[in-house]
Amino acid sequence: MAVTPSSVLITRQEDIRIVEFTHNKILDEANIADIGAQLGTLVDETPDPKLLLDFANVDHLSSAALGMLINVNNRIRGKNGKLRLTNIKPQIFEVFVITKLNKLFRIFPNRTEALGSFEQ
Amino acid sequence: MGLSGSKRATRAAGRGGGTAARGASGTGLAMRSTAAASRFQCTLASDYAASREIQKAILNDITRRGFNGQSVFAVQLALEEALINAIKHGNRFAAHKKVQVQAKVTNRQAEIIIEDEGNGFDRACVPDPTLLENLEKCCGRGILLIESYMSSVQWSHEGRRLRMVKKNEADVLPRR
Repeated sequence: MAVTPSSVLITRQEDIRIVEFTHNKILDEANIADIGAQLGTLVDETPDPKLLLDFANVDHLSSAALGMLINVNNRIRGKNGKLRLTNIKPQIFEVFVITKLNKLFRIFPNRTEALGSFEQ
Repeated sequence: MGLSGSKRATRAAGRGGGTAARGASGTGLAMRSTAAASRFQCTLASDYAASREIQKAILNDITRRGFNGQSVFAVQLALEEALINAIKHGNRFAAHKKVQVQAKVTNRQAEIIIEDEGNGFDRACVPDPTLLENLEKCCGRGILLIESYMSSVQWSHEGRRLRMVKKNEADVLPRR
């Protein structure tokens, strides 16, 4: 039986979960739902989740993907956790600016700065 | 031509220089292309999978015609959002309702018309998703993105019909 490749690659640095997206387009609703479910599991696993989402591979995303990220953000805040976004390409970052979601999410230009922000 | 290998292409009779093709079986995609313009038309079922072929065909054509990266990104985003809106919010995935898609692409612009068979909506009544009280809501951003990224947008037929145009212009950022 064929195994569907995971939509995310998860690594760990101390108590921070680092999530990379494996698909360059986060458009398909099934893909978005799968990502949301995996991130939800990460949030549920720990009492004070720390999650870093790395968008280096992402070239396109839809408003449904933004909705999924907001949902994850709401769940993390509900557990007094922390969410950071990083390595967002300029065209994708523009989408965050237009929707003013750059005011909602804490976005950093690179992993180093994003990881350092968890202690602040 | 930018069409996938599964399509049958035939040389147009008469004036010549153009090609015509129909989509893979069951999709109903019709495309006619000359050096001056490509025209697309299809009738979609109300499910997302049905919309993939026409999205790919239009994006292949604008890429082939040399649209700059910003414009290709804009069309891909707006087209995706518009089709989701028509299928999900317009037709509510009703099996008996269709989505009509027409497009005309030249080297200078892409014009896309999408029409659903839903109940329609009043554009003026759609909440602004950028307001503070709406920022944490999970949906409601599709129209904002369409109107920000396309050069012009027109709603008609009580909101069931969307006409959007993207001009192939360099260094034009989306409206904020």
